[in-house]
Amino acid sequence: MGTARMFGPRRVQKSVWQRFAGLNWGIVLATVLIAVVGFAMLYSVADGTWDPWASRQMLRFGVALLLMLGIAVVDIRYWVALAYPAWFAGLVLLIAVEFVGDTGMGGQRWLDLGFMRLQPSELMKIATVMAVARYYHGRTQLQSKSLRSLFIPLLMLLVPFVLVVRQPDLGTALMIMAGGLAVIFLSGAPAWLFVVSGIGVAAAVPVAWQFLRPYQKDRILTFINPESDPLGAGYQITQSKIALGSGGMTGKGFLEGTQSHLNFLPEMKTDFIFTVLVEEFGLVGATIVLALYGIVLTYGLLIGIGCRNQFGRLLASGLAVSLFLYVLINVGMVMGLLPVVGVPLPLVSYGGSAMLTWMLAYGLILSVSVHRHVTIAPKGSGIV
Amino acid sequence: MPREGLRYQIYSRRALLLAGVQGLALAALGARLYYLSIVNGEKYRLRADKNRISIRLIAPERGEIFDRNGRKLATNTQDLRALLVPEQADQLEPTLQKVQQIIDINDRRLARIRQRIKRQRQFVPVTLAQGLDWETFSRLNVEMPKLPGVQTDAGLSRLYPGGEAIAHLVGYMASPDEEDVYKSPLYQLPGFKIGRQGLERRYESLLRGASGTRRVEVNAVGREIRELPPREESLRGNDLHLTLDMGLQQYVMQELGEEAAGVVVLDIASGDILAMASSPGYDPNEFTRGISNANWQALLKDPRSPLLNKSVSGQYPPGSTIKMIVALAALEQGLITPETEFYCNGRHRLGNHTFHCWQNRGHGKVDMMQAVAKSCDVYFYEIAERLDIDLIADMANRFGMGSVFDIGIDGEKEGLVPTREWKRIFQQESWQLGETLNVAIGQGAMLATPLQLAVMTARLASGQAVTPRIVADNFGGAFFQPMDVNPFHLETVRRTMEMVMEEGGTAHDYARRKSAIRQAGKTGTAQVRRISLAERQAEGGVLDNDELPWASRDHALFVGYAPVENPQIAVSVVVQHGGGGSSVAAPLARRILDRALNPPTPVPEEQA
Repeated sequence: MGTARMFGPRRVQKSVWQRFAGLNWGIVLATVLIAVVGFAMLYSVADGTWDPWASRQMLRFGVALLLMLGIAVVDIRYWVALAYPAWFAGLVLLIAVEFVGDTGMGGQRWLDLGFMRLQPSELMKIATVMAVARYYHGRTQLQSKSLRSLFIPLLMLLVPFVLVVRQPDLGTALMIMAGGLAVIFLSGAPAWLFVVSGIGVAAAVPVAWQFLRPYQKDRILTFINPESDPLGAGYQITQSKIALGSGGMTGKGFLEGTQSHLNFLPEMKTDFIFTVLVEEFGLVGATIVLALYGIVLTYGLLIGIGCRNQFGRLLASGLAVSLFLYVLINVGMVMGLLPVVGVPLPLVSYGGSAMLTWMLAYGLILSVSVHRHVTIAPKGSGIV
Repeated sequence: MPREGLRYQIYSRRALLLAGVQGLALAALGARLYYLSIVNGEKYRLRADKNRISIRLIAPERGEIFDRNGRKLATNTQDLRALLVPEQADQLEPTLQKVQQIIDINDRRLARIRQRIKRQRQFVPVTLAQGLDWETFSRLNVEMPKLPGVQTDAGLSRLYPGGEAIAHLVGYMASPDEEDVYKSPLYQLPGFKIGRQGLERRYESLLRGASGTRRVEVNAVGREIRELPPREESLRGNDLHLTLDMGLQQYVMQELGEEAAGVVVLDIASGDILAMASSPGYDPNEFTRGISNANWQALLKDPRSPLLNKSVSGQYPPGSTIKMIVALAALEQGLITPETEFYCNGRHRLGNHTFHCWQNRGHGKVDMMQAVAKSCDVYFYEIAERLDIDLIADMANRFGMGSVFDIGIDGEKEGLVPTREWKRIFQQESWQLGETLNVAIGQGAMLATPLQLAVMTARLASGQAVTPRIVADNFGGAFFQPMDVNPFHLETVRRTMEMVMEEGGTAHDYARRKSAIRQAGKTGTAQVRRISLAERQAEGGVLDNDELPWASRDHALFVGYAPVENPQIAVSVVVQHGGGGSSVAAPLARRILDRALNPPTPVPEEQA
C-alpha cells in the first residue's frame, strides 16, 4: 500500500451536519432509554424523590450525551492521532494516582481535580483499546499474525493492568485487559495463542490468589458460598438474590420493592441498582433492559463489519467488548454468578465515572460508524 | 488490496464469534434470572417477606389487685423506656456512649447492660433505662436516627400504691430468670416482668392475660415502618379482689412501727382476712424498678427479716395463747370443770425436774377460770400430767393448728403440733411426760403461725370452723360448720378470755383501759431461751427482757376478739422478741380491734 494517502482530495469531506445526520440515532435512542431507566431507579431508591441522585444523574447524562455526540462527529483521524498520546496521558495519571490518589472503597482510585474526581483507570480502558487498535492499524495481516507484534500491545495492556490491580481494582483491571485482548484477537493474532494462554491463566489462578487483598479473597470465598456468612460479606449477595427472585415475572411495582425500600439491599444506588430494577419490574423489566444493552453493544461490536479502516473496526469492537464486560460483571455479580467486585452498571448506576467512560466510548464507536467510509493510512491520519 | 481483504475477513469472522459469545453470555444472564425469579420465585418471595415482616407480641395489660373497698393495691402505670437491640446496633460502644449523653446511666448499670448483651441472644432487646421523663424520652426519639439499635417504648409497669404495707401479700414483679427467657415468647419482650412473690406469683396466670400479636413491616435495622393488618389484640388479665381492708392494713403496719411482728385480723363471720401484716415491710416498687444490690443485701441481712411474711411463714411457740385449747381438751375429757382448783406455789415438780410458773411467787389456789385469766402455768402443768398429749394435739388441730389453709400466699407454713407419733417418727424417741407439760403452756416443740392463731381465736369466738381467705370472688356468703365441741365448754373458755381483760386478768392493765368495746383475749409470752438454774437463783432472779439482747428476748403474743357480746373480729399479734405479751402485744391488739370495729369513714380513692 505504500505511504500514499488513502484519503484523497477526490473525496468530498462531509460537513459536520452531514455527519450528524449520518449518526445512528437508533443507538443514541437506546442509550438514552437505558439512562432513563437509571433515572427512574434512582428516583425509586431515593424513595420517590428526584433529589439527590436522579436529578444529578440527569444533569451528568445531559453533559455526557453532548460529549458523546461531539466525539462522534469529530473526524476519526484525530482519534487515530490521539491514540498513543491518550495512552501515555492515562499512564501518567495512573502513576499520579499511585502517589496522590484519594482512597475510597478500599483502594486508591481517584484523582481529585478540585471540580471533579477523576478515575484514571476508567479513561485507561478507552485509551488502551485506542492505542492497541492504533498499533494494529499500522500492521499488515502477516505482521499481525507474527508473535513479535504481540510485544508492544501486550506491554500496552500489562502496564495499566498492573497499575490498576495495585490500586486495587481488579474489576477495572480485567476490563482493560479484556478490551485490549479483544483488539489483539480481532486483529488476527494466532488463535491457538488465546487457547494456550486461557489454559495458562487457569493454571496461574492459585498463584494469583496469593497476591489478592484480604477483602478480595473474602469476596471470592463468599461468592463461592454466600450462605457461609449471611450477616457479613455474604449478606449482600444473599439479599440481592432474594430481591431478584422475589420480583417474579412482573415485579413488585415501581417504588414497591421491599428489599430496596426497607434497606435490606446494600449499595442500592450504585452496584446493586440492577437488583432494585428487577425487584420492581421483574423478569420482564430485566429482559427489556438487558436487551437494550445487547442491542447497543452488539451494534458496537459489529460496526466494524461495515467499516473501511482497521483502526475503526478494532476500536469499536474493542470498546464494545470492554463495555460488555462492564455490564456482564455487574449483572453477574448481583445475580450471584460472579464475585462482588464493585463494578457499577454503566448509565444506570449512580456516579459519573462509569457513565463518562461509557459515553466517551460510545462517542468513539459512533464516530467509527460515521466515518466508516474513510480510509486511513497505516502510518496515521496525517492530520496531526 | 488482498492483504487488507484478509485482515477484514479475519476481523469479521472473529467479531461475529465474539458477538455470539456476548449473546450467549446475555442468554446465560437471562437464564439465571429466570431461575431466580420464576423457578425459585416463591422461595425468594417468602424470604423477602420473612425479611420485612416481623411478628411482634403485644404484651397484655396485667389485671389489677383491689382491696375489699375497691382500693388499688397493684396497678399499672405508663413507663417510658429506652431499649437496645444489640444486633441492630452497628457498633455497641459508640452507641452506648451517645445514649449516655442523653440518659444518665451509671457505670454499674452500664456494666450490667454490657453483661446482658453478651449473654443474651442478639435479637433480644435490653432495657437501657426505664421510668424516663417525657423530656428525656422525646429527646431520645429525636436522636434515634443517629442511634441504630436504640428503640423507645412506652410500656406499662407495675405500681403498688400501698407500698410497704402490702408487700408481703401482693409480692412483687421481676424479670424472668435468664434461663427461663425462652420458655415463653412474652418473656423476651423488653421489660416484661412476672410475679415473683406473693399473690403476684400465685395468681400469675390469672393476672397476666393473653398476649396479642401484630405484624409489622421492618427495615433492615429492625425499625418498624408500618403495621400490617390484621392485628390480634392482647387480652387484659383478670383483676384480683382481696378481702383485705387497706385502711386497716396500713393502720396495723403503722402501729407495728419498727417491730418485727406478724398480725392477722379476721372477719369471723366470713373468714375474710381484713389485715395481714408483717413488719418490717419493704417497698415492692423497688423490685419492679430493679432493686439495687445494696438495698437487697440490706434486706437480706436485716435480723428482723423484712422479706419474710411473718403472718403466714413465721412459726412461733404459741406460749400461753394455747391455754384455751388445753383447757378445752381437759373440759371435753371431763378431766376438770371450771371450778376445779389447783394450788400454785410458783413451781411444779415432775420427777427430778422443776417446772416454773411465770409468776415466781405463785398464784395460790386457782380454779380454771382464774388459771386462764391469770395465765397460771402450774394449773396447766397439773392438767397436762393427767391429759394425754395426743388429746391436746387433737384439740389444737381442730382449731386450726398444724393446718395450711392455702389462702393463696406463698410460704404458708403449717407450724407444728407435736404428738407421740411425731416424736417417734421425727426424733426416734418415745414421748416424755415433761414434754406434755411444756406443750400445755405453749412452749416445747409446738409452733404456730399468726394466721393459725387468728383462726383458732375466730373458731373459739364463733364456735364455727372459720376458714380464712384473702382472695374472694364474692363477699359475705361463707358458711362454716359448727365446731364439734360442747358449746358450754366453748362458752366457758370464752368467758376466761373475757376475764383476761378484766380486773386481775393478765391484759387488764394494758389493754382494757380505754376500750369502749368489750374485748376478749389471751396474752402469751413465748420464751426463746433456756433459763438456767443459776439465773433463777441469782439475786435479781430471771433477767428482764430489756436486760437481754434483742434476739434472746421473749416473743410477745396476743390473740383476741371483739365485741364480746357478738364476736365479729378476731386478731392475733406476734411481736418477735417483743417482750411480754401483756405489755407489748395486748395494747397493739386492743387498738387494732378498736380500729377494725370502728373504721373511719372511707375516703373514696381518686381513680388514677
